[in-house]
Amino acid sequence: MKEFLVFVRKEFKQVFRDPRTLLIMFGLPVAQIVLFGFALTSEVKNIDILIVDNSKDVISSQITDKIKATNYFIVQQKNIGGADIDKTFKKGGVQAVLIYPVNFSSDLSHEGKAQIQIITDGTDPNTAKTIGNYLTAIINAYQQVKFPSASIRYQILTEPRMLYNEEDNGSMNFIPGVMALILMLVCTALTSVSIVKEKELGTMEILLVSPFKPVMVLVAKAVPYFILSLINFTLILLLSVFLLHIDVKGSILLLYMESALFILTCLSLGLLISNSTNEQQTALLISMMGMMLPTIIFTGFIFPLENMPWILRTISNVVPSKWYFLIIKSVMLKGLGFQYVWKETLILILMTTVLLTIALKKFKIRLQ
Amino acid sequence: MRNLGFLLQKEFRQIFRDKTILAMMLALPIIQLMILPWAMNLDIKNINLSIVDNDHSSYSQQLITKIGSSGYFRIISADGSYKEALEHIENGSSDLIMELPSGFERNLFREGKQTIGISVDAINGSKASIGGAYLSSVISDFNVNLGINQIKVPDYKTKPLGFIEITFSTWYNPLAEYKYFFVPGVLVLLLTLIGGFMTALNIVREKEVGTIEQINVTPIKKWEFILGKLIPFWIIGMIVFSIGLLVIWAVYGITSVGSLPLLYIVAGSYMIALLGFGLLVSTFCENQVQAMFVAFFFILIFILMSGLFTAVQSMPHWARIISGFTPVSHFIKIMRMIMLKGSGFSDIRIELGYILTFALVLNAWAIWNYRKTS
Amino acid sequence: MEEKVIVCKGLTKQFGDFCAVDKISFDVSKGEIFGFLGANGAGKTTAMRILCGLSYPSSGEATVAGFSVRNQQESIKKNIGYMSQKFSLYENLSILENIEFFGGVYGVSRKDIKERSDKLIQDLGLQKEAKKMVGGLPLGWKQKLAFSVSIFHRPKIVFLDEPTGGVDPVTRRQFWDMIYDASATGITIFVTTHYMDEAEYCNRISVMVDGKMEALDSPANLKKQYGTDSMEEVFYKLARAAKRSGD
Repeated sequence: MKEFLVFVRKEFKQVFRDPRTLLIMFGLPVAQIVLFGFALTSEVKNIDILIVDNSKDVISSQITDKIKATNYFIVQQKNIGGADIDKTFKKGGVQAVLIYPVNFSSDLSHEGKAQIQIITDGTDPNTAKTIGNYLTAIINAYQQVKFPSASIRYQILTEPRMLYNEEDNGSMNFIPGVMALILMLVCTALTSVSIVKEKELGTMEILLVSPFKPVMVLVAKAVPYFILSLINFTLILLLSVFLLHIDVKGSILLLYMESALFILTCLSLGLLISNSTNEQQTALLISMMGMMLPTIIFTGFIFPLENMPWILRTISNVVPSKWYFLIIKSVMLKGLGFQYVWKETLILILMTTVLLTIALKKFKIRLQ
Repeated sequence: MRNLGFLLQKEFRQIFRDKTILAMMLALPIIQLMILPWAMNLDIKNINLSIVDNDHSSYSQQLITKIGSSGYFRIISADGSYKEALEHIENGSSDLIMELPSGFERNLFREGKQTIGISVDAINGSKASIGGAYLSSVISDFNVNLGINQIKVPDYKTKPLGFIEITFSTWYNPLAEYKYFFVPGVLVLLLTLIGGFMTALNIVREKEVGTIEQINVTPIKKWEFILGKLIPFWIIGMIVFSIGLLVIWAVYGITSVGSLPLLYIVAGSYMIALLGFGLLVSTFCENQVQAMFVAFFFILIFILMSGLFTAVQSMPHWARIISGFTPVSHFIKIMRMIMLKGSGFSDIRIELGYILTFALVLNAWAIWNYRKTS
Repeated sequence: MEEKVIVCKGLTKQFGDFCAVDKISFDVSKGEIFGFLGANGAGKTTAMRILCGLSYPSSGEATVAGFSVRNQQESIKKNIGYMSQKFSLYENLSILENIEFFGGVYGVSRKDIKERSDKLIQDLGLQKEAKKMVGGLPLGWKQKLAFSVSIFHRPKIVFLDEPTGGVDPVTRRQFWDMIYDASATGITIFVTTHYMDEAEYCNRISVMVDGKMEALDSPANLKKQYGTDSMEEVFYKLARAAKRSGD
């Protein structure tokens, strides 16, 4: 037992000695939290819009003023025609163009209706749709005020309530995903690399010849990263609570237990990768370069899983971080108890068992 | 120059002999390009809705029918109480709850207004909140078209009655397909992974094994060595880019609206910038693990800030500046502009300028850092 | 007067507070086999790296093949060969490919590369292995190959850093035969080692202890000086008071 602890201590020392490992272990989560918490958003803001006012009357100016008054749009005004609009879009400085026709106001008063033309740059469909929605809302609101007789007499109002997120904290959506992503990538990479490195350097054989049982060597390698990942998780949690003002609604104990389970899953994956190759380079490329995009996408925190074709949805079921993501959302943000996440927990346990079994089998074969 | 020839010969022999690396550089990106974009879809549809109808009037029936036929929603339950409906939100089967108060129809006549409660699972990201907005607009539409609201006859002559009609057109992507938006970005991403990681790993590996010392003791000049590393990976990068374009055409049916040669010039410049980044990282690291970690740290941040997943435009000012410092964001912007809109050289020259500056600065810094004598 | 190919005056290398090489002065004549002895950590490798142009001296002067180690490293490199502790050949290139590469970057013409490599492979008896990867060779062969590659371009001086580490005594003897052959063609050999029996093979040796040069003479003279009949005893007497050990 004492030798075991000595071994674990050595691993710790190796990690803390190298500032670059620390960068990944702790710098990365901090950077991600800051980015997702403050910079990245799925909202649409700072929209560059070009307004072409061919009428230049009172009403068109008023509507334009209303648009300017919102914080969503950055308004430019020019008088240009069709071909030039294409050129403007191509230059990339503008995302939408709003055009008032020549007799806008007079059409409104004499014929009772007039048209506004809105052209959006469809390159980003999400933004285009949202821009359309914003402008429609602004113009309709203007109409309600300006032409109250056109407003409706019997009004049905809606009062939307944001459950679990009364303060409308935008970063809440991303944080569980960030947790899953970082734990999965960092933990797996560190574990797999640490073992492969010893193999490549030749020191693995020294360990195998020691009084340790071979399996214990693997365990001893994994334990420090288990602890470090838990510390990592705590760091992310603290940042979320204190920097981003997200409340942990559910049981912290449950949260930690589930996270410990997920870390075990990632460790098992790291073990499997490290038993599949003898070169550091390969282990690194698989666990970092190879896993990065699939983990981001199949965890489901940026792109909704329901939208994916069924084949891809099935693949996502094999990605451990997807299940952990669901657990975190339910426990941390919705405050739900174990009875709501038992299914996902079971799946993670299953995955861990399978991964560990394959990893150990490979390891034993190699020893033969 | 002669040395460069020998270096390139050695480099290519080594690369092609290493099947794993070849697989990582060619097969992996292409497979990811073929599969992943199908998953990248931000359409809001199949919004799961639980309805609590406390009124059971003809109006509530009409409203529910209208909602059901709008095509956005899946009414997954009709619950007797809010509490029951909440269960659905808790177990994840529902995104929204709509609650109609009892006496809804009657009170609308009597008091002139009624409020419908919409509860949104705000944890479910944009799906739920946009779903809430859609629901509001369907309700509002229902409201406007109610018979009782249509009775008034507009009086044209005495009062101006305006009705502004908005016509929408979307240019460059009329079917609003997300793949046009994401696919070029994914290709850029994969190129970034190759360019950023592989050079760094490769050079640091030589450091770790000791062959770099052997090189440093020969008369090989610094610039020969560096070019000897950059050129092979640049060529591989351009090959991956070309295969990528082919895949994009074959699998997604997307071809570039704008000039292909221009695209290649930009891609070539971008690769140089990226390889410079990998080179720079390698001068700061002693072993492969370090190099990978440092490169990974920066590349992950580059990718998140690049506008691939979320719009650069929507970021706060300080974040947009940081995004401007990443070559990735500029290349993605150019890719989208050329491929989807057909922008020309004069349109992209500022962005191209950024990329070329990066290429210059990163490579110069790396070359300056690299010491044959320490 | 023999031509001096290496001249060192007060050469020093400091890493912060730590003085790895402490004002060493010596010279090496053309054609000599010069042994650079010392325990692990004594400063041998550091000193050699300065002479090869891989490291800047902190103070002092040295010239190799007439060029200054301070600002003419590239000229030095054109005139020397080098074999490091790790036998730095490319493991995933074949024997022929390694020879071709290193020969080429030292300026050997393609024609000469072909001729010399054929002869070299014959001399080493590696005809059957010529196209095989270096990584698959046994250690002794790798070592002999690395040495041959280091003198392939007929440099004035060749620097060997602990070239016989980990190899059996028979192979070591064969290796030294190769060194003698090279020396006979006029190449100066500068070799570091901590095998004391190899010291006997050198014309002159120096012994470094804690960064300082504590002895500089032929093996015979040193044995007489210290009243022993083995170099091991000489070394033991010198190194006993050493404070540093281990790299």
